[in-house]
Amino acid sequence: MHLPNIEDSLAAWPPLARLVRNVSRRDFLKFTTIAGSGLTLGVAVPAVAKNGLTVLGVEGTPGDYSTPFVRIDPDNTVTVICKHVEAGQGVWTGLPAVVAEELDASWSQMRAESSPAQVPTYGNFAFGPKGNVQGTGGSTSMANSWDQLRHAGAYARAMLVQAAANRWKVPASEITVSEGVVSHSSGKKATFGELAAAAGKLPIPKDVKLKDPSQFKLIGSEKRLPRLDSRSKSTGTQTFAIDVMLPDMMTAMVLRPPRFGAKVQSIDSAAAKAVPGVVDVVQIPRGVAVVARDTWSAKKGREALKVTWDESGAEKRGTDALFKEYRQMSGGASAVKVDDKGDAAGALKTAAKVLDFEFEFPYLAHAPMEPLTAVAKLSPGKCEIWAGCQFQTIDQANAAQAAGLRPDQVTINTLAAGGTFGRRANVESDYIVEAVTIAKATGGNYPVRLIWTREDDITGGRYRPATYHHVQAGLSQDGKLVAVKQDVVNQSIMAGTPFAGMMKDGVDPTSVEGGTTEQYEVPHAHVTWTQAKVGVPILWWRSVGHTHTAFVKEVVVDELAAAAGKDPVAYRLSLLEKHPRSAAVLKLAAEKAGWDKPFPTGKAANGSFRGRGIAVHESFGSVVAHVAEITVTDGTVKVDRVVTAVDCGIAVTPDVVRAQMQSGIGYGLSAALYGKISLTDGRVDQSNFHQYRVLRINEMPRVIEIYIVPSTNAPSGVGEPGTPPIAPAVANAVRAATGIHLRKLPFDLAAAKAMKT
Amino acid sequence: MAIKLTVNNQPQELDVDPEMPLLWALRDHLKLTGTKFGCGMALCGACTVHIDGQPTRSCVTPVSAAAGKTVTTIEGLSGPAGKAIQDAWVGIDVPQCGYCQSGQIMSASALLAANGRPTDADIDAAMSGNICRCATYVRIRAAIHKAAESLPAKS
Repeated sequence: MHLPNIEDSLAAWPPLARLVRNVSRRDFLKFTTIAGSGLTLGVAVPAVAKNGLTVLGVEGTPGDYSTPFVRIDPDNTVTVICKHVEAGQGVWTGLPAVVAEELDASWSQMRAESSPAQVPTYGNFAFGPKGNVQGTGGSTSMANSWDQLRHAGAYARAMLVQAAANRWKVPASEITVSEGVVSHSSGKKATFGELAAAAGKLPIPKDVKLKDPSQFKLIGSEKRLPRLDSRSKSTGTQTFAIDVMLPDMMTAMVLRPPRFGAKVQSIDSAAAKAVPGVVDVVQIPRGVAVVARDTWSAKKGREALKVTWDESGAEKRGTDALFKEYRQMSGGASAVKVDDKGDAAGALKTAAKVLDFEFEFPYLAHAPMEPLTAVAKLSPGKCEIWAGCQFQTIDQANAAQAAGLRPDQVTINTLAAGGTFGRRANVESDYIVEAVTIAKATGGNYPVRLIWTREDDITGGRYRPATYHHVQAGLSQDGKLVAVKQDVVNQSIMAGTPFAGMMKDGVDPTSVEGGTTEQYEVPHAHVTWTQAKVGVPILWWRSVGHTHTAFVKEVVVDELAAAAGKDPVAYRLSLLEKHPRSAAVLKLAAEKAGWDKPFPTGKAANGSFRGRGIAVHESFGSVVAHVAEITVTDGTVKVDRVVTAVDCGIAVTPDVVRAQMQSGIGYGLSAALYGKISLTDGRVDQSNFHQYRVLRINEMPRVIEIYIVPSTNAPSGVGEPGTPPIAPAVANAVRAATGIHLRKLPFDLAAAKAMKT
Repeated sequence: MAIKLTVNNQPQELDVDPEMPLLWALRDHLKLTGTKFGCGMALCGACTVHIDGQPTRSCVTPVSAAAGKTVTTIEGLSGPAGKAIQDAWVGIDVPQCGYCQSGQIMSASALLAANGRPTDADIDAAMSGNICRCATYVRIRAAIHKAAESLPAKS
């Protein structure tokens, strides 16, 4: 599936349009001169971008640009400047690995650091061919960096070789590079660090040759490339936004409305100001901020703050009422067409058997372990931000607007993010703008560190949209799938935002992506989407629309297989003739799990129930299949073993791919088993981890086996694709074990508890 | 009146609200930011430190309760169990986003100091108070076993 073009959509958005205009070619050239005695490569290679774009299937001719991604210092370290945020997904390891490969560097000399916010230099080509938006999302970091960083590494290697050739007065063709050492057959040797300064003064070569993948030594190697951030993250020395300490810095917390859409009516700040340590109480557009000398004082001050809210414009519906409305709206007058082929209505009438499904998915909070935090420092004509920024240039533009500055007056320091899962990528840059508006409201007198508490995070909105699906599927006499009618209802992440331009024919792709008729061959299909309008703020949540479409697709197909009396794997394969990658991944997972061997399904001697289920799904350019083996005891599901197969193109760092599969499984299981944000009369019912339960170590599958499909295709996503198929694999296993048909998330196994004898 | 305690073998005096959680005293006043804030309710374990060797959730422990006691944070973690745990964490690349890992390591090192050969059930019991949203749990378990194997078995 093509990624929609974000930058065209955003072109009309005033803050960003201004930003793009303000960046000139001269700005990029500055980067080529900051190296000091070392070498920073500004690589002007339109072909890189062109290749990169072809990989993603987006049409367009990129402009001229420079990409300073590699720095080699005299101490012989090679630093890869990463345009993507490290939020756990491994870009500080994967991106350096690409450079190290083409450079023939030693892994021990590689370093990673965040780039400044700068477009198009550090733009994400998966978001559009011009690179006008810098951001991390859609599992695109490796895919859109691949060609770019291979070239950056290859240019650096060529220039180091030339520098050595000049120094030794030998032909460059006689020089070899291995493990970070440049050598000549005469016995002369030099490190990168020794050659860097000379290399940096050479003209950039016109062209370089990339390695043939068969020559790769590091990329794809099962000889593990250790993560570059493991040591700092195992010693407490990694700096996250919450750890930033600036002289005179104050800490702020914000009291936000109890219902979404409510506004401040009046403030009584006397008691808050009386709390020792509190220095300011200020109103900002998103609420009322208490500013204090330390976190504890800010928290106590906020508890003492009295605000009367005008709730006349607030959302007052609860989630029970919303789902009732969604059911009524489904496929109704405001439904728009997503897919239409053949005659689904007619085929359903003549089908030998029709199965009817309704599914409900709740709102979900991302709940990254580091609650949202940002530090903002204002000084005349300047604003500096420290945060785990996921949308660097959007954050820059929003901060500029909030501060009353131009975007180029805003410096973004992208720090390691303590998880994000999509939460830190929002077009309003909510938490960053809060920090800036507090700094502004307090006169820029001191740097402001804004901290969200866990309660702020869980109740603060921007959830995975609550979603309703209604599916009717028709089978022929011999069990073939002949027709699917599917109606989806949820809020639109893109409508009404600067991303609205990415909607096509009135459909928000993030609401319906990964649909049943998109990924399986169905002769007669009719799919609609109805946009629900609700005042609860929503956002992309790890794997976005696939979080619900994959569940629907894989549970429906599994039950169709059962209705047809066919094996779930064989049945899926019969629908995947035009999707060979999905078929291959499905087969690999089934083979490795021993699918063809009998599994002790059903009630065991100890009163537990055991079952095995499978699911496969394509998302973000990759395909993942999981086989889940589970035990249900007293109404509790325990996932014992997961066997995973993944095709993500070339697996640059296979161990990071495995880590992301493990992570995606755990994140998806949290949602399958526990995750739910509900509202009563517009107020969020959950506040912290005791009510918004997430997976713990005792609930994690003890055994996860991961098999990576060998591939010569360019790399595709791994951060998200592991998540969508785990919940349906487990649901299918629960049905195999107990006969219970799960139609709502999180799973309600009350019926299984009742089955206990 | 200042609260006296020992943090990472250094005597400290803190002139703060006695009710201030130890977490914020460590982070905001002693600038020991390795200990993390995750929930404020002892639900996630990101704030875990050792008080007199015992793993403790510093987000709900008033600083006054640590008066006269010995506090160890990730910055001061030492000893064979602590080092073995950290080496195992790095050796098999446990961290992803890394934010919870200080707390994970403090819980795991306390477990290993008390129990040189923890079983999977022991690990579940000691570590289920520590949430990791990146779900690095498979590697946490493997790293604890690896660290245990790297130490001589206690008789």
